[in-house]
Amino acid sequence: MKKALALVAFFVIFSFLLLGVVQMRPFGEPENEDMDDYFLGDSQKRHEVNNVVTAVLFDYRGLDTLGEATILFAAVSGVLTVLRRFKDKEEGEK
Amino acid sequence: MKWEMSRVVKTVTDILVAPIIIFGIYLILHGHLTPGGGFQGGAVIASSTALLIIAYGTLGKHKKDLSSIEAVGLTLFILIAFLGIGSTVFYNYITGTGFPFGGSLPYHGPNPGYINTGGTITFMNLMVGIEVAAALSLILWMMSKRGGVMEPKGSSSKKAEGKD
Amino acid sequence: MSWESFVMMMPYITVVILMAIGLYTVLFKKNLIKIIMGIAIMQNGANLFLVSLAYRRGYIAPIFTSAESTDMVMPTPHALTLTSIVIGLATTALMLSLTMMIKKHYDSINTEDMRRCKE
Repeated sequence: MKKALALVAFFVIFSFLLLGVVQMRPFGEPENEDMDDYFLGDSQKRHEVNNVVTAVLFDYRGLDTLGEATILFAAVSGVLTVLRRFKDKEEGEK
Repeated sequence: MKWEMSRVVKTVTDILVAPIIIFGIYLILHGHLTPGGGFQGGAVIASSTALLIIAYGTLGKHKKDLSSIEAVGLTLFILIAFLGIGSTVFYNYITGTGFPFGGSLPYHGPNPGYINTGGTITFMNLMVGIEVAAALSLILWMMSKRGGVMEPKGSSSKKAEGKD
Repeated sequence: MSWESFVMMMPYITVVILMAIGLYTVLFKKNLIKIIMGIAIMQNGANLFLVSLAYRRGYIAPIFTSAESTDMVMPTPHALTLTSIVIGLATTALMLSLTMMIKKHYDSINTEDMRRCKE
């Protein structure tokens, strides 16, 4: 029963993905590129930066990077919390 | 730690660690010119940590140092971002001044690449590189320590089972 | 679908295959490590989808250092993919450490063994 449900879910999602591929625009021909063309022209004018990806990452979309760095910090805090030493169980170690 | 890696592994590690770290620093500092940047360079530096852990089994008592380095990297990143609050957050206030990395390109378009450009972006690359390197080293170290990588087979885990 | 359009759609089809493999692994496997591997495969499928959205035929990477032309692909999906990769790394590390603790507590990483609450 549970396996049949999982199978149905798998095939429904898979067919939705295939439907998306059939309706997708051709590879390599994007439709809306105004913003990216603006970034390509503006990054050297305003920031004097050659690497446009870095300019997008740290300036135009800097808040995304800030959130991402915070997520990394939170994940490290989570790892340190999960893998902390349990004193009652492992006092023999070290 | 009771087992020991062979002399070959240790010698190769000794030779390779410094070039790997220098390559990571190169990737971070050239983040505004070439493919690469803070994340990639930090990951490369953390790979040298993985090499050290495999060869020697320990980093010494540096867990708190790594935590502080990571926190300092994140805090300085946020500080650099918010120093431009006069115009907007993440405003590039260094470009065009005489500050280090504050130079401007002689001409726009394809150029050979000048290291003295970038403004805040270079500094943010540096801070994110520090943070990512410390964070990944910390994750690797905690996992290898608690996962029993640094202990001989079946010594402590069996003891723990017996206690339970 | 003709052969030409099939070849044109190849990156998207690869994305669908990766997503299907990851989804199958997550749904049908009982081993936690295998489930995490399936999630990682799905993350890679999403990253590949973002990068293939950014591509413009015949254009080069968006970096001006000794570039051969100024026809460049779109930079924003690349930056977001970079963000997505680091977030995937963080979540994978957290999932793996939780799996390590589960192994320590239940002495198993099979999802069926940890159904019942021991003790």
